Amino acid sequence: MLLQRFLIRLLTMLITLFGVAVVVFVVIRVAPGDPIAMMLPPGATDADIARLRALYGLDKTIVQQFFIWLSGVVRGDFGTSISLRQDVLGLVFNRLPATLELAIVALLMAVALGGTTAIIGARERGTAVEAGIDIASGAALSIPDFLWGLVLILLFGVLVPIFDISGRVSPQLDLPFVTQFYLFESILRLRLDLTWDLLKHMLMPAVALALPLAAIISQLLKQSLKEVLDLDYVVLARVKGFSETQVILREALKNAALPTLTLVGVQFTFLIGGTVIVERLFSYEGLGNMAIDAVINRDLPLIQGIVLVFALLFVLINLAVDMMYALLNPRLRRG
Amino acid sequence: MTINRRELLGYSAAALGVAAVGLPQIAKAAAGELTIAYNVNLPSWDPTTGPSAVNPTIQGLYQSVFDQFIPQKPDLSFAPGLLTEWGWNDDRTKVMMTVREGVTWHDGSPFTPEDVVWSLQRAGDEKTGNPIQFVWKNVKNFKIDGNKITGDVVQFDPVYFKWMSFLTGYILPKAYYEKVGAEGFEKAPIGTGPYMVEKFERNAFLRLKANPTYWGGKPAFENVTIKFVTDAASRVAEIESGSSQVTLEIPYEEYDRLIAKDGLAGSCKNVSDIGMIFFNNKDAMLDKNVRQAAVMAVDKELLVKRLLRGYGQPIATLETPEYAAYDPSIKVEHNPEKAKELLAASGYSPKKPAKITIQTTKGFKPKDYEMVQAIVGMWRKVGIEATIEVYEIAKHYELRAAHKLAPAAFYNWGNAIGDPTTSTGFAMFGPSPHSSWKTDDLDAKIGPLWGEKDEAKRIAGWKAVDKYIAEQAYVLPVLQFAQPVVHAKGVKVVQHLSGALLPALMTPA
Repeated sequence: MLLQRFLIRLLTMLITLFGVAVVVFVVIRVAPGDPIAMMLPPGATDADIARLRALYGLDKTIVQQFFIWLSGVVRGDFGTSISLRQDVLGLVFNRLPATLELAIVALLMAVALGGTTAIIGARERGTAVEAGIDIASGAALSIPDFLWGLVLILLFGVLVPIFDISGRVSPQLDLPFVTQFYLFESILRLRLDLTWDLLKHMLMPAVALALPLAAIISQLLKQSLKEVLDLDYVVLARVKGFSETQVILREALKNAALPTLTLVGVQFTFLIGGTVIVERLFSYEGLGNMAIDAVINRDLPLIQGIVLVFALLFVLINLAVDMMYALLNPRLRRG
Repeated sequence: MTINRRELLGYSAAALGVAAVGLPQIAKAAAGELTIAYNVNLPSWDPTTGPSAVNPTIQGLYQSVFDQFIPQKPDLSFAPGLLTEWGWNDDRTKVMMTVREGVTWHDGSPFTPEDVVWSLQRAGDEKTGNPIQFVWKNVKNFKIDGNKITGDVVQFDPVYFKWMSFLTGYILPKAYYEKVGAEGFEKAPIGTGPYMVEKFERNAFLRLKANPTYWGGKPAFENVTIKFVTDAASRVAEIESGSSQVTLEIPYEEYDRLIAKDGLAGSCKNVSDIGMIFFNNKDAMLDKNVRQAAVMAVDKELLVKRLLRGYGQPIATLETPEYAAYDPSIKVEHNPEKAKELLAASGYSPKKPAKITIQTTKGFKPKDYEMVQAIVGMWRKVGIEATIEVYEIAKHYELRAAHKLAPAAFYNWGNAIGDPTTSTGFAMFGPSPHSSWKTDDLDAKIGPLWGEKDEAKRIAGWKAVDKYIAEQAYVLPVLQFAQPVVHAKGVKVVQHLSGALLPALMTPA
């Protein structure tokens, strides 16, 4: 049953990706801004313009362009970036690890912060502590991530300069890494000096991304916990003599966490989307930052490549969440 | 002594805080190190091909690593560089150049006249994708004799040598490029410029090391880190926190605030960028009275004073005082009453206004949208009702190339070499893909100037064209932009009027 569910999801995923590819391809071509017009030299003649159009394959119909591009994608050739003049897939995979690391660190922070405050809020339900957590959550949720970024830059970049404002790593450092997963590799290599440097660059953007998600997790998990805490099996645990914290951690959390897990999966995709602006703000060299440049320069092959990889990430995350939910939920597991 | 858990956590947090706070200070204290928060990314290392080659905002990075055929001094005047002499023969059928001797590339190999010829031939070959090929193709059959080069003129272009200081006018290493290819050059570029590329992380930073054998003298700063910080607020934070020692292109309000702070100073000179409003020859703009009224109604002094905090300078033509064809005698008066009279003669008034659309970017240049809002307000008072349409700069290029701009459209125009062909010429000549006003009367006046061999006559001709354009009100020149540069007091910065921020012009104060 689980296998069937997986196969159906896989098929849906492929259809979704194809749909995204079509939409992106058409939209960026009909949207305002012609990449050729942006690179025209002052003395360009009509012949020069036609030559440039042919050079970038823009002299063909949109349908022809699409199928040329799609046949390339199937072979793993996403084309060449107009502005960077390099292989799109190489560029995207070079940047993707930076964005993934940032998103994963932000997610871990959000889960830790949101989970902790939810547990505390559930334990201290009806008290001023819970009210305080609700107010803090409301504030964290109502301020968008880029604004949190600006606040953090002001606080920890300028007033108390603890963290680095821009970049992913200090330019002066020599990096011994063989992958683009700098943070994970620095930990594995036990190069904690580099880990610290990377974290100094990553923490502010990660916190900016994490705060709104932490607030959502906190609110949802707290609510679920409060509902579960009134159920018979939890009451029984209390009767057995468990403390309230033990009751929450050992008995209530497992069942209450299920709806939160689905939400975290969905929100994680939004979080990855949020990296676009936050990476720009912190000049973090990830995929989102490159996406903005690609849009500004009307670099059509690069935009297509980035969007498709983002879409692939989204559907994979959704698939993973779906499968995990099915595994954890006994009713779904039994079909 | 025993420490309980609570105390241990407290001490740890304090130690971490002190260490962390101290680290940035240590980083910036290193001698001979300069960190610049730069406003744009560097997409590609070949300064002669692709879209990057015609991007004015990254020329300062290129000029740090590569030499142009002919360099420009900070005041835009031309100076001997890798070419020590250049010129035409009497009948303008040949070019002659003398190449500097004793120069080496960053890899230690000697720089030769073959490098110059190869760079010129490559630039003129349409297969290489040089966007300025239409200029470079005008000279062919280069011959080398010692350190002298001659070439045959295919089509005379009076601005040929000036282009050697402008977009794509760079000398690249023939032997090295042929050895490593385009991809290898992209990974490890070398030039003859004041700085050598030590490390480059796209969209993140560029580490430069001083070229110890630079023909113009070794730069003052041994190591320069250029951080690509595209967000203006982040650049402000970079300089304010001491993480960077120099930054540029920040809002004028922030510039004034920052230079008032201890340890920071600034420079905000007028550069070669101008703000202008293209008129298109359609709708109400076909009426000369409407165009003249639209020009006369605008109080440029007020725009500079109120919106740009006094930074910048009003202009009457598309030439700034630093340009070769600047004519201070051409004046465009601010006279709202006369504007009303002109409009009344065409049947328009504030109650029955001429209706047009004006397009503008928002945030692409300092206060662009706000300036257009103010101009629309000024127009409304005299009898022109303009609807503002905001678009992205990419859309502007597309519409302009297709001659579909609105009757009025705000734009900024850069002209680092200060020649009238690269300002009035390309902006106003009908066949140019960058012009908006396309009429035969103006084209007839501009056309003969493209190939004029007498330089004095050529410049006089362009001045006459500028005067004619001002009289006919074919365009609304607004102002010359000033470029704000903020720096630590420990760094002396010389601003280049082209707008290129050059580390080689920075020295310890």
